[in-house]
Amino acid sequence: MQRRQFLQSASAGVVLASTFGCASIGGQAQAKVVIVGGGYAGATAARYLRLWSQGTVAVTLIEPNAQFISCPLSNLVLGGSMQLPELTMDYAALQKLHGVEVLRDTVTSIDAAARRVTLSGGQSLAYDRLIVSPGIDFMYDGLPGLQTDAAQERVLHAWKAGAQTVALRKQLEAMPDGGRYALIIPVAPYRCPPGPYERACQIAHYFKQAKPKSKVLILDGNPDVTSKGPLFKKVWAERYAGIIEYQPKFTLSEVDAKTLTATSEFGDKVQADVLNVVPPQRAGKIAQLAGLANMNKRWCEVDFLTMESTQAKNIHVLGDAIQIAPLMPKSAHMANQHAKVCAAAVLELLQGQAPNPEPMMSNTCYSFVSDKEVVHVASVHRYDAAKKTMLTVAGSGGVSNAASELEGVYAMNWAHSIWADSLLA
Amino acid sequence: MSITPPTFTRVKITALLTLASFFSLTSASASAQTTPVNTQKIVQSLAATCANCHGTAGYSVGTRLPRLAGQPEADLLAALKGYKDGSRPATVMHQIAKGYTDQQLAQLASYFAAQKK
Repeated sequence: MQRRQFLQSASAGVVLASTFGCASIGGQAQAKVVIVGGGYAGATAARYLRLWSQGTVAVTLIEPNAQFISCPLSNLVLGGSMQLPELTMDYAALQKLHGVEVLRDTVTSIDAAARRVTLSGGQSLAYDRLIVSPGIDFMYDGLPGLQTDAAQERVLHAWKAGAQTVALRKQLEAMPDGGRYALIIPVAPYRCPPGPYERACQIAHYFKQAKPKSKVLILDGNPDVTSKGPLFKKVWAERYAGIIEYQPKFTLSEVDAKTLTATSEFGDKVQADVLNVVPPQRAGKIAQLAGLANMNKRWCEVDFLTMESTQAKNIHVLGDAIQIAPLMPKSAHMANQHAKVCAAAVLELLQGQAPNPEPMMSNTCYSFVSDKEVVHVASVHRYDAAKKTMLTVAGSGGVSNAASELEGVYAMNWAHSIWADSLLA
Repeated sequence: MSITPPTFTRVKITALLTLASFFSLTSASASAQTTPVNTQKIVQSLAATCANCHGTAGYSVGTRLPRLAGQPEADLLAALKGYKDGSRPATVMHQIAKGYTDQQLAQLASYFAAQKK
């Protein structure tokens, strides 16, 4: 019902282009967009390209995983109040309701000059515009002791929701009461700035219920809590006093996966019963392979008017893989917003039109500090033509006054809304 | 469904607003433009910044975040302005609303009001 109403109103109330550049007139090929990666950014781009083109632009989404698993809320699986299947969705609505072609495959190379991508089986696909939304890749090369598969199976990241989330929960369940869980946070930027601190809360919440003599030790590579600092610190001091210990400026230099010992650059050794290392990150593998990661060999610089790569024409990059603008978090909410700016711009560009000169993006990140109570950080970003980047609007944005159950209700509603807006509706 | 007088009035207001904003936008960035930017598409994109919480085109899916689609324009605009000037209490909307110009808030109210209920 909702979708039908939306389509009716969209066709009735909004001026929509009837043809797209080389759309099917006189036997010419329909304009084609290929999307690499079906996370929050890629799925949203696919859905909005089809909605806003009235189905006239062909969209192929290439994603190696059969299902979409939400990183937002996945810390609640560690805390024990949610299960992974509640965060697991499929791409059926994108295919059946919106006519997106979804291929379960991996892109192995991109030929920007020929405008083609190659898939793992050798198949090649042509595109008019390519959208690369590969998420993140972990940088284990600078972490001695964590380079083997065996070490990485024992010292988990759980920073991509899925099997590792469940595995970390099992490690916590198996840990004896009185044990110590240590969480190591990389220097920013990394995916989901408040995520590690939410994780510490969730695990402390679990310990408080089930293993009250156990401790959570946060070893942060940053000089201070990178997001919602005063709110998290208040919760740690009040709700989790004696459970959570926070240590900033801990630069990890080595891990012993056998003894679960982390060593800092100064030689300080910390031993844990469950050691959880969130490694430093960079743009997903295909962005590296295709040479799109042109900022510090880690992140992909884009033109925020279109999200087009500054490295390669006709290729757009979205989500956590981009070089962020000032105060722009690497978040699912922001990835969804990147996708909409990109979808609108791609549709204009396919018709030879100029994109919106002043795109806007907003962000709201909710963090669960218990199974019910939540704090948020919000921001609004507007394109600055002089500085050629997205800047936060002066006076906008902010954080919660305090953790509350009301915001917990809103956070759950946010999750269902963004899932619908990205891929389910 | 027939077009009722209130809807017709809203459509006219929409047209006036979009026409006004059309000229301000294009004149502000005329040098960068080769072709005029379609203001209705810009408003559609602007409204899409609300969709993560309030649903695509304002059709929210949860139980607690208000459905914006088809709400009276005057009510929407009064709420948005109240959030922006701080007179209307909120958990997060007072921080979000301050990120939009008065003209953008009017465009958003008009857009969501024009969606079928």
